[in-house]
Parts: sequence; structure tokens; C-alpha cells
Amino acid sequence: MPTTVPLTWYLILSAILFGLGVAGFLFRRNIITVFMSIELMLNAVNLSFISFSYKWRQVDGHIFSFFVMVVAAAEAAVGLAIILTVFKNRSTLAIDEVNSLKN
Amino acid sequence: MNDQQLWLIPALPLAGFLINGLFGKKFPNILVSIIAVASVLGSFAWVLKTLGALGDLEHAHVEHYLTWIQSGPVNIGVDLAVDRLTAVMLLVVTGIGSLIHIYAVGYMSHEGGYYRFFAYLNLFMFFMLTLVMGANFLLLFVGWEGVGLCSYLLIGFYILKKSAGDAAKKAFVVNRVGDFGFSLAMFLIMVQFGSLDFQKVFEAVKPLPVDQTPGILTAIALLLFVGAAGKSAQVPLYVWLPDAMEGPTPVSALIHAATMVTAGVYMTARAAVIFQHSPLAMDVVATVGLITAVMAATIGLTQYDIKKVFAYSTVSQLGYMFIACGVGAFSAGIYHVVTHAFFKALLFLGAGSVIHALSGEQDLRHMGGLAKKIPITFAVLACAWVAIAGVPPFAGFFSKDEILLAAHHHAPWMYWVGVITAGMTAFYVSRAMFMCFFGSYRGHHHPHESPFVMWGPLAVLAVLSLAGGWYFKVPHYLEPVFPVAEGHHDETLVYISVAAGVIGIGLAALMYLIKPGLPDTISGALGPIYKLVYNKYFVDEVYDATIVNPMVAGSRGVLWRIFDAGIIDGIVNGTAVVARTVGGGLRLLQSGNIRSYAAWVTLGCVVVLLALGVMSGGVK
Repeated sequence: MPTTVPLTWYLILSAILFGLGVAGFLFRRNIITVFMSIELMLNAVNLSFISFSYKWRQVDGHIFSFFVMVVAAAEAAVGLAIILTVFKNRSTLAIDEVNSLKN
Repeated sequence: MNDQQLWLIPALPLAGFLINGLFGKKFPNILVSIIAVASVLGSFAWVLKTLGALGDLEHAHVEHYLTWIQSGPVNIGVDLAVDRLTAVMLLVVTGIGSLIHIYAVGYMSHEGGYYRFFAYLNLFMFFMLTLVMGANFLLLFVGWEGVGLCSYLLIGFYILKKSAGDAAKKAFVVNRVGDFGFSLAMFLIMVQFGSLDFQKVFEAVKPLPVDQTPGILTAIALLLFVGAAGKSAQVPLYVWLPDAMEGPTPVSALIHAATMVTAGVYMTARAAVIFQHSPLAMDVVATVGLITAVMAATIGLTQYDIKKVFAYSTVSQLGYMFIACGVGAFSAGIYHVVTHAFFKALLFLGAGSVIHALSGEQDLRHMGGLAKKIPITFAVLACAWVAIAGVPPFAGFFSKDEILLAAHHHAPWMYWVGVITAGMTAFYVSRAMFMCFFGSYRGHHHPHESPFVMWGPLAVLAVLSLAGGWYFKVPHYLEPVFPVAEGHHDETLVYISVAAGVIGIGLAALMYLIKPGLPDTISGALGPIYKLVYNKYFVDEVYDATIVNPMVAGSRGVLWRIFDAGIIDGIVNGTAVVARTVGGGLRLLQSGNIRSYAAWVTLGCVVVLLALGVMSGGVK
């Protein structure tokens, strides 16, 4: 590898993606967008796992990211089902209006 | 030593108490009476059997049942003992107790709470027997406190009457003062001698030198006497006894005349060895006894409530017993306990019979001329009358004579004060008798004679009052326990004291039979003095002003308003307020808005990361 992209860059990209995910999670009101923000955060973490794994020549990071992918897939399945049900019952996807547990 | 099953003596009344107390409510009255009376009679029979089996009792017979407290060198057992002193007390307590139980069956037949009354009475017998049979100070103290409790319960027996409740509380509180002294005395004995067993303590005291200057033995003796003064109603702790007459009359007779109030005398006599080692304590005992005897006798001169007259008479006679103890004639004191138990129980039960006949009337001014209407009651009361007035050869004469002779040997002035008191005693009892039984009837009830179950025991007591002093030579019997009181038998002194009694009776006859207007003239002439005595020297008022009211005000102002409401409640409420405020603040975080939670999580992460960075010195 004559010219390798330095580790720092990967980490910065990962941090930016994670920050975007957090921002999206905090500030968007649509449930689907929030959901996608979560996926974005998970993948940002995956990216840093892979980067470290590559850097230290160890396989642990890969295994972790596989686990994260499995969890993300399961979460997507359950989460989308919940979102569908919520929309059926409430005809809205605004996250602030789904607050019947409050009080 | 052969086993005499001494425990049965107190255990029988205890069984009676448990059966009647637990199940008596469902029993018919007749069954309650049978259980109560049989348990005490059984106890009496067992006392007789035991004393018969033990023979002359030159030495104490002790039975050890179990170890109660075992801690280091301290070993306190549940031990019962019988010596001659205990034997005398046992006979008085169970004998008079049986008679009064039988009497109460008749007296209480119309009252509510019948089973409760007999349960308490049996419980009292149990504690009183524990008191006289306990072989160490602590067991004596158990009985001591127990009889105090029963006294409280029985004074307040008429639970719907406020005055009864107040009198019960007063008795309880005043007795606590005495018990405090007694406890301190026990602690001192424990520290000094390492044991509370009578035998061990007295053996240890005997070889010690007499306390010429006040020392530890004087302190012990004086503290013991504080206890005795509380229980036996001596100045200044006598105020509870007259009020205790709120209880039913059999209670007044049994507890507040014949047995419980003599516990102080018994205890003083029991600890005679300690007292004899302290001349100062002996002088205090004799002086307090003398003051009590005179003071109570003068109050007795002016009272109109028949039970109050006899109550002050009891206080006065108890004073006599302490004079005897104080001048070293312990056996004479116990002798007077015995004869006093006979005639004072009889006086109270007779008074109860009068009250019963008049459906509850107690005021002497509303009596009169009852001799013909209730002749049996009159006859038995007359026996008590001559006995207490010291007319020879009846019971009171012998014991009072012993006391006065011993007092004369100690200090002649004590003898003369005692003689004057004897005259007053004869006067107030005669006055009560004349106002009650002679002249014309001034009330408006229809007197009826009491049933046999009531006058039967009275007749037995009447025989004892007449012949008891002459028949039971108590001082002679007690010689192995107490050294013989010195002093020769002086005929002149005897004649003088008898003359005082006769003069007292004669004066009363003059004032209340021959010239009925005379008492009013005299009380009018004496004006303020009469008022002072009639109002019992305002002792209750003085106590109210100096002790009770400041205590109540202090409790209300400081303890309640400041300490309880301010500090205790303040701490509790303050804790609650802090918890609520903090909770209220934290509640704001729980918005229910998922994004605010997420924001907090993020913020938290950032803070933790920064902190870690700063701590590891990474951020530069």
C-alpha cells in the first residue's frame, strides 16, 4: 500500500456521520427520518470499528460490525412494523404527537 | 432443705388472675367468685401447711427455682424465702386477703366489670406474695412494682369517673418518685456488695462499722426509705393515699390499708440491718414517721367523708409503724402492721357496709342513728373502734403500746407526741362512729343490713381485732429476726397512753353526743386554723403550684411546642420538604419527550468524554 488513507480521516468521517445521525435524531420530527438517523449512527460506529480493525490487524472489529449489522437489520424489521402500526392508528408520523404514555 | 413448693403460694392467685382475666367475661358471676376466692383460700391453706411443715423457722427457708440474670459476677435468681418475718406477712396477706375476697363477692355483686375486679384483685395477691417472699431485692422490686400497678388499676376501677382516673394517675406518679429512690438504692447495693440477695448483702453489712458520719450505708438506707415513703404514704409522698379512696371499698381495705401500704414497713424491717448501721437514717425514719402521724391525725379530725377519715387514719398509723422502725423497734412496727391490718381492714369493710347500706352515701353529715338500723355492722365496727383507740386489751393497745414504749426509750418527746396522736386517733374514730351510728338519722336513703357474705368476714375480723393483739405475740415470735428492743415495761407510760385514748373518746362523746353544737363553736373560734386543717394544710394546692403546674407548663411550652413540634417534627417535615423539592426539580427532566431524553444522553456522553479527557491529560 504505497499511499494509505490515514486512520484519522476515517475517524473524522465516522464522527461526522455520527454527529449527523445525532442531529437528525434530535431535530427531525418524522419518525422515519429519526429511524434513518439511528441507522446512520450505527453505521458510523461500524466504520470506526472497521478502521481500527484494519489499523491493528485484528479481526475483532469485523466481528463487532457484523453483530451491529444483525442488530440493525432486526431493528429495522421491528421498527418499520411499529411505524406502520402507529401510522395506521394515528394517521401521523410526527414523533411529538405519539406521547400518550406521558402523564 | 426439703422442698415445700413455695411457688404454689403466689402461683395460685396468678392462676386465678389468668383464668378470670382471660375468660371471665363469659363466665357467670358465681363462677368468677368461686375461682377468685378459691385461689386465695388455696394460697392461704398452702401457707398454713408450709408453716406447719417448716416448724419453728429459726433460720430462713430458701427455695431456688431458676436463674434470672447471669452476667459476670452478678447472679440474680428467682428465689423464694420464708423466715419468721415473711411468715407473719404471709399470714396477714393471705388471711386478710381471703376475708376481703369473700366480702367483695357481696359488695361488688351489683357492679359492672365484676370479673375484671376479681382478676385485678387476684393479680394483686400474686404480686404482694412475690413481694413478701422474694429472697432478693430485685424480686421484691418486681412485687413492689406489681402491687403499684394493681393499685393503679383498682383505684381507677370506675373507669367512667374522671376523679377515679385522676386519683389512679396521681397514685402511680407519686409512687414513681419512691420507686426511683428504691432503684437507686438497689444500684448502690449492687455496686457496693455485688449482690442483691438478702442473705449475702446482710451478711456483708453486719461486720461493717456503724456509719457515724454519713457514708454509703446511710445513702442506701435513706434511698430505701424514699421508696418506703412512696409506697407507705409518708410525708411528703402521702398525698396519693387519701385520693386512692376513689376505688371500691374492698380495695381500700385490702390494698390501701391492710397490705400494700405496709410494704414499705416490711421492706424497712427486712433491711433492718442496713438501717441499724446508720443512726442518721434511723432518725430520719422516726422523724418522718412522727410528722406523718401527727399531720394525718389532725387532718383526720376534720374530714366528713367516712372513707377519707379512715384514709388519713391509715396514713397516721403508717407513721406510727415508721416511728417504731426509726427507734429500732422493728418487731413492734411489724406487730402494728398486723394489728392495724385487722382493725383497719375491719374499719374499711365496715365503712363499706355502711356505704352499701346507704346506697353509696359517704358523707358523715348524712348519716346518724344507724346503730339500730344496721346492728351487725355497728357491732363489728365497734370492735375496730376500741381496737384502734388503744383500749386494753384489744389489738391496737398492744402494738401501739410497744411502739410508744420504744419511742420513750429513744427520746421521751417522741413518746409525748405519740401519746397526743393516739388521743387524736381515738377522737377522730369516735367522732366518725358517733356521727354515723348515734343521734338521729339525717339522710334520706333506706338503710338495709348487708348480706351474710359481707358481714361474715367482718365478724372474723372483729374477733381478730379484739383478741388478735393479745393472742398473736408477734414481737416474741420475731425475736430470732430482730434483736429484742431494749427498755423496760413502765406501767405509768402505759396508763398515760391509755388515758389519752379514753380522753379522746370522751371528748368526741362530749362534742358529738352530749353537746351537738360544740364542734361548730370550736371550729368557728379557731377560724383560720380549722380552715387550714380542713383543707388538708393545702398540701395538694402547694404541690400543684410548685410541681404539677410548672411541670405541665414546661411540658406544654418547652417539650411540646418547642422540642416536639419544633425540633422533632421539624426534622421529620424538613426531610420530607427536601425530598419533595429535589423531586420536584428532577421531575422537570421527565418531560416524556423522547428527543429531550436523547439530548440529555448526548450531553451526558459529551461531559463524560470531556471529563475523561481532562483527567487523563489528553486535551491540551
